[in-house]
Amino acid sequence: MPYTRHLVERGSSHSFVAKARAPTVTMPRIKALTTGSIPGFMDVVMNLNSPALLEDNLLWQAKAAGKKIIFYGDDTWVRLFPKHFMEYDGTTSFFVSDYTEVDNNVTRHLDSTLKRDDWDILILHYLGLDHIGHLSGPHSSLIGPKLLEMDDILKKIHSSLTSRETEGSLPNLLVLCGDHGMSETGSHGGSSDPEINTPLVLISSAFKRKVGMEKPGTVEQVDMLPTLALSLGLPISQNSVGRLIQPVFEETSLRDQLRFMHLNGFQLNCLLKDSTPNFQKEEGYEMFHLAEKSHGNWIKLYLEGNTSEVLNNLGRKVLRQYLDALKAMSSALSKQLGKYDMYSMIVGMILVIQVLLILLLVMPEALSRGAEVEVPLTSALVSLPFYMLWLLCCSIQVLVCTSAESSCYLCNVSWGLVLTVITTLSAMLCVLLTITGRKLTSGEKTGTKSCYSGFSELDVLLLIGTLGNVISLASSSFIEEEHQTWYFLINTLCLTIFQDVCRKYFRERRNSIDDCSYLAPKQDLPSLLSTISEQGIGSQKWLALSTPLLTLVCCRLLRSLNQTGVQWAHLPDLSHWLNSGEHKAELSLLAAASLVLIFFLVQKYCSLVSKIALALGLLGVYSYRAAVGNVLFPWQRGSQGISKGTVEARFVYIFVLGILFTGSKDLLRSQVITADSRLKNKGLWEVYSGIVLLCALLFRPHNLPVLACSLLIQTAMAQYIWKELRYDAAQTTIMHYWFGQAFFYFQGNSNNIGTVDILAGFVGFESYVAIPAIFLTAFSTYSGPLLWASHLVCYLSSEQDSRHPASVGHGCYCFALLRSIPTVAYIILVTAMRYHLFIWSVFSPKLLYEAMHALVTTAVCIFFAAMDQNHSGQS
Amino acid sequence: MRDLEINIKGMVSAHAIIASSIFIATLMPHFFVEKYSVYGTHLAWLYSVSGSVAVVNFIIFWLLGISPPTKKHTLGYKVSRTVRSCLHFVVSCLFLHLVLVLYGAPLLESALETFSLAVLLSSLTTVRCLCVLGPNVQAWIRVFSRDGAMSIWDTSLQITTACTAIGTLMGAFPIPLDWERPWQVWPISCSLGGTFGFLTGLIVAPGWIYWHRKQLTYKCK
Ligand SMILES: [Zn+2]
Ligand SMILES: [Zn+2]
Repeated sequence: MPYTRHLVERGSSHSFVAKARAPTVTMPRIKALTTGSIPGFMDVVMNLNSPALLEDNLLWQAKAAGKKIIFYGDDTWVRLFPKHFMEYDGTTSFFVSDYTEVDNNVTRHLDSTLKRDDWDILILHYLGLDHIGHLSGPHSSLIGPKLLEMDDILKKIHSSLTSRETEGSLPNLLVLCGDHGMSETGSHGGSSDPEINTPLVLISSAFKRKVGMEKPGTVEQVDMLPTLALSLGLPISQNSVGRLIQPVFEETSLRDQLRFMHLNGFQLNCLLKDSTPNFQKEEGYEMFHLAEKSHGNWIKLYLEGNTSEVLNNLGRKVLRQYLDALKAMSSALSKQLGKYDMYSMIVGMILVIQVLLILLLVMPEALSRGAEVEVPLTSALVSLPFYMLWLLCCSIQVLVCTSAESSCYLCNVSWGLVLTVITTLSAMLCVLLTITGRKLTSGEKTGTKSCYSGFSELDVLLLIGTLGNVISLASSSFIEEEHQTWYFLINTLCLTIFQDVCRKYFRERRNSIDDCSYLAPKQDLPSLLSTISEQGIGSQKWLALSTPLLTLVCCRLLRSLNQTGVQWAHLPDLSHWLNSGEHKAELSLLAAASLVLIFFLVQKYCSLVSKIALALGLLGVYSYRAAVGNVLFPWQRGSQGISKGTVEARFVYIFVLGILFTGSKDLLRSQVITADSRLKNKGLWEVYSGIVLLCALLFRPHNLPVLACSLLIQTAMAQYIWKELRYDAAQTTIMHYWFGQAFFYFQGNSNNIGTVDILAGFVGFESYVAIPAIFLTAFSTYSGPLLWASHLVCYLSSEQDSRHPASVGHGCYCFALLRSIPTVAYIILVTAMRYHLFIWSVFSPKLLYEAMHALVTTAVCIFFAAMDQNHSGQS
Repeated sequence: MRDLEINIKGMVSAHAIIASSIFIATLMPHFFVEKYSVYGTHLAWLYSVSGSVAVVNFIIFWLLGISPPTKKHTLGYKVSRTVRSCLHFVVSCLFLHLVLVLYGAPLLESALETFSLAVLLSSLTTVRCLCVLGPNVQAWIRVFSRDGAMSIWDTSLQITTACTAIGTLMGAFPIPLDWERPWQVWPISCSLGGTFGFLTGLIVAPGWIYWHRKQLTYKCK
């Protein structure tokens, strides 16, 4: 950006690095810029549909002061400030794959607006750069031209502003800033350095001309608000925690500077009084009052007409006092930002703990042969303790809501919801008590008979792995690098399975020789062995032996496909290499090979119609990617015009829906009419293949091998390991769950908001449509766990008929338990660590992921239960 | 039963010698290598430990005569046996290297470090197997399958090998932590973990055998 560079180096400007706080998502950042407060994490969720901003903010103040504001750009602003602008044109920011239209939309108004002079504030929010980042990362070849375009726009605005400035009129201020940075992968949301460092350049003829380039100072993003407010002569917004950027006011008189400091300090002081109960103890409070006093003395001297050097020095001292006070108050305020609504948090926590306890208590019944759990809900609902508890909870609710300032969430929601919560709470407590009571009495009768004869290495590993993962969530590093945990567990699991396989095939030999084989002389072993291998478990054995190894190799390859996490995220990986532009041919080949592999792995249990639909669908996926410009057709030389690929994507959607429809039709028929288990299995498999096809469409082309590998591993494991080694439903479920988790990270996800691939939400849509976009994004993010869960359903229900009659029920139970243990543990952990330094940057995003994952799991479990209902209906 | 107790005593002393050899190997390079420290010149420590453990193991088991009886005492047989043992050792190093890479060790960078860790691990585990069982894969598979132990040495082999493996796996845990300590560098935490695991195994094995001496019935010795 040559012009901007020139301005920063030589012009009358001030430049800073403004630190944004996590979450570095647009909406909370705009809030921070306009209110000066630090938005909470809930705002990320709200990012999708931002309601109007009701807090005191700069735009409202400006409007109240009669300033006329014009806005062009990201329509998040328009939704946040619906009535503030005199004139506006919002551009939807959700169509991420477009980076020219969005900016032309802003620029086209610029010329006419700059000619007029009926406005006071003009806000422009360009989106193109952000979209290029999401599309192809910070090193894309598109970045350079885009920055030049922005530079031209800045030049245009600056020259028009300077030409407008006439003698006597107030100088204009041109502010160039970013709402957030861009991570190494081109997205944002997390708290890595490139994401939180944003530029802030203030250009005005009021500033002194610079002689040379200085190193820009570091300020907080929220500091911009008081600075802007005071330069515009507006009151500072009530909730601002920023302190003004002092160098900006260097050119004003000392008296004015002190005045500004006092205003800022006064506002912070008020906020401190409001938010801290014992504000007198705060260091900043004291300092501010001291500074205020010396300020008063200085004014007195000043009014007496004293203009000596002493006065000047004294003034500088007061200024420094103010600066220190501001710093102390600001940091005190941003530290105690977490005003936690403990009452609601505890209620929520009790609810989830109750669910977990009920799940744990019914374990023996759930894992019994019948897999039938009876929850004594009706008896609990008519019992006396239930009503007592209900009344108790109601009175607590009333007590809390009337005593406190009713800032808690549960006091502000509708009474219907509150009553539901209270009823659920007390009902579950009663159920819990009933079950415990029943357990105790029956336990005395039968005596505690251990049902587990002994754990194998695999059981120990599964148990330790699950618990170890839960414990590791207490450490922020392990949350950031959770993928390492899962890769580690998967590897160990494969090695253990390998050992089991070895054991099985070698022990079988020995047992067939002799029960006490050791008595047999050693020389005879080889000859005996050879006879047995002739009888031939031959190929079966070798395939079974090679399956865990194949899995290990696949996992190793996938691991180097996407680097995720924090510490090693910057390392080069295969996906960078594939997406770098020069390797389009390789990427195309890889994607095509993966799609072919996917077809061969999925088609085996499908009906002919579904097979054809699947093949066409996968072809459609490839042509969609070719249309979008990700991959090439062999006959296509160079990139033609890049379209949005809507037609191709919709073509695939039709096949997805078709396959899902045939699948569910088969399922319904098997359930309602014929009770035919083979039909049901076919239906399940078709639903599964529909899911696979949808995944193939939503995955970026470099991620298609992830899908292919997961299908490969599933097929091989189901064929040679799970069936042959007779792992029970619980073990199989845990393995599926682990693999699902590992594939979540293989896809390139992490516990950081920034890695969510929001492009998936736009596949096949011309513009942003809320519900499908959210659904598709969630689906593509959680496709790893979903794929494995749906495979689990298929696998267990095919098992159900042969050996294990209750396996689907067991699987469902284990799946629910596996998800609820970490979730509950994590909720408790987060509550305990709510004052941790990394609570907003590390723990909260993980909580969002956990919540979303729990939601997905619930959907899967409901599907499971529906399948199981059918089984119990049959028998 | 008396036999067993004598054997256990022998094992305790053998294990004590092996353990002390590890400590000596940790201290010895001070006199030969400049600026020696376990973290700084980690590879020197690693090779010193693996070499001494291998040699001491070999000597002890040769002196105790635990090694499986050789049927032929011809020179040619002995030579072929030695060659096969070496081959097994090299193969086990390569195999462990492969496993480490599968666990996520970098493929090309720091390949030397990874291979050194593989050498350490195989000298902690494979050398003992070679000493106790000889280069006989069938016997190895027997020992490492369930209820496959035929003598207290087999049991101790099982325990030390399992402890070494678990120790190495445990050693991988600190790697993702962002503490920036010198021992978080690959492969220091893993090799230290493996060594500590091995030491624990050396201590635990005689004790475990002693406590379970009633249940242990080695039918076919
Ligand atoms: Zn943004
Ligand atoms: Zn963005």
